[in-house]
Amino acid sequence: MNKNNSAKIKSRRLMMHETLTSYAFMLPFLIFFIGFVIYPMIMCITTSFFDATMGREDIFIGFGNYKELFADKVFWKALWNTMIIVLVSVPVTCIFSLWVASAISKMPVVATSAFRCIFYLPVVTGSVAVTMVWKWMFNNYYGIFNYVGTATGLIDKPINWLGDPRYALGCIILILLTTSVGQPIVLYVSALDNVDKALVEAAEVDGATQMQAFWKIKWPQIMPTTLYILVITTINSFQCFALIQLLTSGGPNNSTMTIMYYIYYNAFKLYRYGYGNAMGVILAIIIAILSAVQFKAGQEK
Amino acid sequence: MSKFNYIAANRAKSKTYYIVSFALVIILAFLFAFPLYWIITGSFKIKKEIMATTPVWFPSEFTTANFDKLMTSRTASLFDFKMFGYTITGPKVPAAIRWEVNTVFMSVSSMLLTCITASMAGYVLAKKRFWGRTLIFSLIVCAMALPKQVILIPLLREMSALKLYDTIWAVIFPIVGWPFGVFLLKQFAESIPTGMVEACRIDGASEWRTFTDVMFPMIKPGVGACAIFTFINSWNDYFMQLIMLTSSKNLTISLGIATMQAENSTDFGLLMAGSALASVPIIIVFLIFQKYFTKGITMGAIKG
Repeated sequence: MNKNNSAKIKSRRLMMHETLTSYAFMLPFLIFFIGFVIYPMIMCITTSFFDATMGREDIFIGFGNYKELFADKVFWKALWNTMIIVLVSVPVTCIFSLWVASAISKMPVVATSAFRCIFYLPVVTGSVAVTMVWKWMFNNYYGIFNYVGTATGLIDKPINWLGDPRYALGCIILILLTTSVGQPIVLYVSALDNVDKALVEAAEVDGATQMQAFWKIKWPQIMPTTLYILVITTINSFQCFALIQLLTSGGPNNSTMTIMYYIYYNAFKLYRYGYGNAMGVILAIIIAILSAVQFKAGQEK
Repeated sequence: MSKFNYIAANRAKSKTYYIVSFALVIILAFLFAFPLYWIITGSFKIKKEIMATTPVWFPSEFTTANFDKLMTSRTASLFDFKMFGYTITGPKVPAAIRWEVNTVFMSVSSMLLTCITASMAGYVLAKKRFWGRTLIFSLIVCAMALPKQVILIPLLREMSALKLYDTIWAVIFPIVGWPFGVFLLKQFAESIPTGMVEACRIDGASEWRTFTDVMFPMIKPGVGACAIFTFINSWNDYFMQLIMLTSSKNLTISLGIATMQAENSTDFGLLMAGSALASVPIIIVFLIFQKYFTKGITMGAIKG
């Protein structure tokens, strides 16, 4: 009895010691994490209930920002455009990168890593440089797209790609796709490398076709990677910002307005911090729901 | 016998598929590398070739006129910092060089700070059991799943209150706070056998010694991945820079190019020269360290 008790006290003391040293080790990180990530997140939620702007005290208005938001036509347009971007770019990114990864993963190691590098280049180049060069390529007068289009007869006269509400969003999605397949390809290549080769060979001996071997054996094994890629690509597509700010500023006629850009526009052009934060909260909720749904769907399979 | 024929037929079919997909991948790789090619060649093209309606695929003559214009358009001091009420100012240089210096300083400081804080936090999260561990870990996962940009408005007001607005630190601190590095290094530290850590403790090493002499050398590949990842991401974190930095001397290179674009929106030669300055250094860094980088991406994904 006594012995037991002293052991308990001892283990408690040990736990105490572990806790203290652990927090000492985590302290530098926690200062930055709580100060510049968690605190702003909490402030984002609280400020969304205030009418907040520069140079004066915030005024509490309850759900005022949210009410205004739901009546705001531009917000719905932005939400709609964001949804289109996500619905197009997420599946295309996943399928494209899976195909590229399975094609290059069978190659010799040097070729695999060379191709992996090339497909990652647009990500490393950085959004501003990428946007600048695409702006030039899409240009009305000296852009390469109009030249190739008219030379091959696909279009009969030059198109003002980014200035035309019919094409602008499509152009944005195309650029976004080139900058978002890099990471999924890297992930898929390593996932396909880790697939149990003995199983694939056994299936081949049993007479399975390439397609069967892929869907029955490889696909279930790379499912966790697919899930992860779905989630990160969704988040990335929601966050598409630099392209829009530098290429179209949401125009023409709000045809490329996205939530991210509308938040920026309200907060940093009109200085309506509370309104911007309310939109941020809605965006975070949408992303959280989507991620949860994707995870659930993935787990059931 | 027929079974083996079947396999042979399968193999032959897969060979054609292999060749076709190889050709397609090569074409796609050209298309993906093309924008970068267009930036670099564009930055050396003469005005006439930039403005040509029929694209000039390769510059007929190399000119540095675009870079000259970039370098002469604005000037700033090479560095300046305040100390004990004095301001020390460096020599006047083209603003683009100051921007490059700012960007390197920002990326290197966020990289170093992230690696130090993340390796310490990752180690205890992986190897210690303590009160509040689950709570902290779930906060980390939640923060990673949410879009970073959502917190930018409160962050801006916080930085103004801390008098850090329009300084490079306003960009660095949130990057250090972003928990991806901790997550990554926790994954690495978990793969190190706990016995190693315990043996060290039994031999009487202090907690700090255990970390610096045993743990840190073993998670070095992870720290490398974390370093290169943070470096590239902070170099390219345009949104944060756009919001936090305003005065001309404090801009980063990509932000500087974006500002120039507002004034010279169709001078593509100038814009390509700027884009080359913004992207070529980081691409070189990426190519040198890409092994660590791919490792970082894949390690960070396990357990998503």
